[in-house]
Amino acid sequence: MSKRNGLLIDYQYCTGCHSCEVSCKNEHKIPRGQWGIKMTEVGPFQITADKWEWNYVAVPTQLCDLCADRVAEGKVPSCVLHCLGGCMEYGTVDELAKKMQEKGKKVALFAP
Amino acid sequence: MKKEWKVQNEDGSYTVRTCGWSPPGDHPVGCGMFLHVKNGRLEKVEGDPEHPITNGRLCVRCLTLPEYVHHPSRITSPMKREFKDRGKDKWTKISWEEAWDIIVPKVKQLKADHGAESIIVFGGTGREACLYYYPLGFASLGTPNVCYPLSGWSCYGPRCAITDYILGAGYPEIDNAGYYPDRYDNPAYTLPKYIMAWGKNPLMSNPDGFFGHSYIDMMKRGTELICIDPRITWLGSRAKYVCQLRPGTDTALALGFLNVIINEDLYDHDFVDNWTYGFDELKERVQEYPPEKVAEITWVPKEKIIEVARQFATSKPSTIQWGLAVDENPNGVQLGHCILTLAAITGNLDVPGGITLGPPAALLGKWRVETRRNLSDELWDKRIGAKEWPALSTALATTHPDETLDTLETDKPYKLRMGWFNSSNFITPTCSVAPQRWHKALQKLEFCVVQDCFMTPTAMAFGDIFLPLPTFAEHDGVVITHFGRNSVFLGAINEALRVGDTKSDIEVCIELGKKLHPDMWPFDDVPDFFTKQIQPELGISFDDLRELGVYQPAYTYRKFETGGLRSDGEPGFNTVTGMVELTSTLFEAWGDDALPYFKEPPYSPISTPELFSQYPLVLTTGARKFTSFHSEHRHVATLREIDPGPIVEMHPDTAKNLGIIEGDSVMLENPFGKCKMKAKVTPTIHPKVVHATHGWWFPEKEAEEPSLYGVWEANINTLVPHKHIGKLGFGAPLKQMICKAYRVDSDYTFSL
Repeated sequence: MSKRNGLLIDYQYCTGCHSCEVSCKNEHKIPRGQWGIKMTEVGPFQITADKWEWNYVAVPTQLCDLCADRVAEGKVPSCVLHCLGGCMEYGTVDELAKKMQEKGKKVALFAP
Repeated sequence: MKKEWKVQNEDGSYTVRTCGWSPPGDHPVGCGMFLHVKNGRLEKVEGDPEHPITNGRLCVRCLTLPEYVHHPSRITSPMKREFKDRGKDKWTKISWEEAWDIIVPKVKQLKADHGAESIIVFGGTGREACLYYYPLGFASLGTPNVCYPLSGWSCYGPRCAITDYILGAGYPEIDNAGYYPDRYDNPAYTLPKYIMAWGKNPLMSNPDGFFGHSYIDMMKRGTELICIDPRITWLGSRAKYVCQLRPGTDTALALGFLNVIINEDLYDHDFVDNWTYGFDELKERVQEYPPEKVAEITWVPKEKIIEVARQFATSKPSTIQWGLAVDENPNGVQLGHCILTLAAITGNLDVPGGITLGPPAALLGKWRVETRRNLSDELWDKRIGAKEWPALSTALATTHPDETLDTLETDKPYKLRMGWFNSSNFITPTCSVAPQRWHKALQKLEFCVVQDCFMTPTAMAFGDIFLPLPTFAEHDGVVITHFGRNSVFLGAINEALRVGDTKSDIEVCIELGKKLHPDMWPFDDVPDFFTKQIQPELGISFDDLRELGVYQPAYTYRKFETGGLRSDGEPGFNTVTGMVELTSTLFEAWGDDALPYFKEPPYSPISTPELFSQYPLVLTTGARKFTSFHSEHRHVATLREIDPGPIVEMHPDTAKNLGIIEGDSVMLENPFGKCKMKAKVTPTIHPKVVHATHGWWFPEKEAEEPSLYGVWEANINTLVPHKHIGKLGFGAPLKQMICKAYRVDSDYTFSL
């Protein structure tokens, strides 16, 4: 079985910068109104007096091919390189799943 | 980083490595990137993973640079317009030679007939031009009047001045291990336990050269946050503590922290005993600010005030990042004094993981002020507002901004006749208050030159000559963090292409300078200029810097012990007393209180209760966005898709009471002005507070007067009055006004 690749997104540290969206559009020349990866927002809402739920999570679409051409050149996907929060990692699903185990609650693994 | 900064590619394209600054607008953060150019077009911008600070990370403003560089409405040739056509879109393309042939004789004539002081240069904020508008005024044109027009100089200048007087140092900045190639892993470095982010959310704008996402880097390693902010920000949602305070009451909160720390004996005795002046007086002063009183003033619970004070004081090292809330506050000098005091008495000044201290000025930041040696003492004495406001004029080489508006309106002490607008679009709600008054007053100028990349409301309103600027992708330069006041690193800005017939700030300074004051401009060209600036101190040429990519100078901690902070080489601080002045000798000399104190904002529920009953919301303004730098980036379609237009944030209860729902058009109004925004209903803001965005104009709207690209529609700074500043001349109440809000039926659409 060939290894499947994915993106691990540690959204504890996603600051909502939109860099993944724009760098992806640039890389793949995606037109206005479409995205290869789209940042979503959950919250803000209050959990307790001092605790808030507020998360940005970037979600890949069908247009995402994990930057296959870039990866073939030995680079990381454009979204991973440009992410200001440094919260995205590229790798095999197996590797990423192991890393996921060590992270906190706010983490998502996508294998587009 | 590799030595080669420019490489040819197989497909005929080439790639240039550079560090970013501006234009387009940005702080001197110097993000590392590769610019890919093919057939004369900037095809792609890609982050440089080898850059020690940014590691390849780029914000959306840099990622959309090609869209900016090749935008169809960019101005790529000098233009002129007849005086009678001011405010009309009636420009004629000219050459640079013709532009100089108009400008130079005019300048000479004005100097001969009315004195050089009749010419004034207006600067903006953050752009690379911050290094050059001073020498443009002082050494190219020869005028003493260089003006940052924002009331109270309410951006960075106050913090620099306060630092000068209290510490005698350059800018105090968080130690984010920026000086080290190996960053956080360097053995000399210690991670701070806490970052107290005071009126600062650095993620979006990378303020003054600090890479905002260093916060995330440090948080991943274990640093905790304390956010002092009227709003719960995303950072606040990740912070250990948030003090959600009433806007403008920051100084009371700081004095409350000091009360707890001093009374509970939590301060660093060694540092206080050896390196501070006036502790006993401070101790007496803070007794006026017990936590329960401070809680009442600030709306921050007493228990939280006590806990935060204890945690910060007993967790070493910890660090504080102060922000615009210090500058945009008539009580801001006192707030800044408190914050520096807090850092000092907890022993976090100039220690690893605490707060780094730069020299008062260095390199290009020093040169820009030194260019005033071109002016005689007699001419320098004519600087507007210098005598009236010594606390401002001693630390900052500019005019007093509020006095400048007064002079324009009254022609006293003399008439200003020529304006040069260098990267400053200040009738949009950026660096002016009461912009409607500036708009009227500036019309009196006989002759105006504007430097920018695009037509703006300010250029359309006043420009007689438009001189186009190249972006940072299109010129050589040096980016230096904190403008040389804390040079964490220097980066080479490398020209990758040039679109049209533009000239950079330094190119204009040199070219104009050689025509008018050639003795001040002994530089062959731009690389020669930069070599002459950096070689004496650093021992490297500009070409060396290009090859390095980034230069990180060595840093020494505890310079107060070794004599590294004073020009005489003695231990201590470069202040009047040689100590950190908890009690300020200079503030007292200038007629203010030597010690910090809280004073209510000029308009607030407490200071103006009758007015507040009519305008029952506290108004704060200006939180940053990833998608723009102040008034810039409004014409970049990709960025407008993300943030289409101006918004006012209000609490769901407030919105409900006013009959407002998400996305409604809302008018914000107070006795000084009104503007329209769209409602964003959010629980992160207090029910009695609203927050409005700044910097908006609409390139898609009518360009000519009176519309000026719709600049008056969302002009939040019309709600902030002129000259409501602190006693020492600093701090407009941009983050603490009052207003009312009401829904309006309006097809208020934003589209690009």
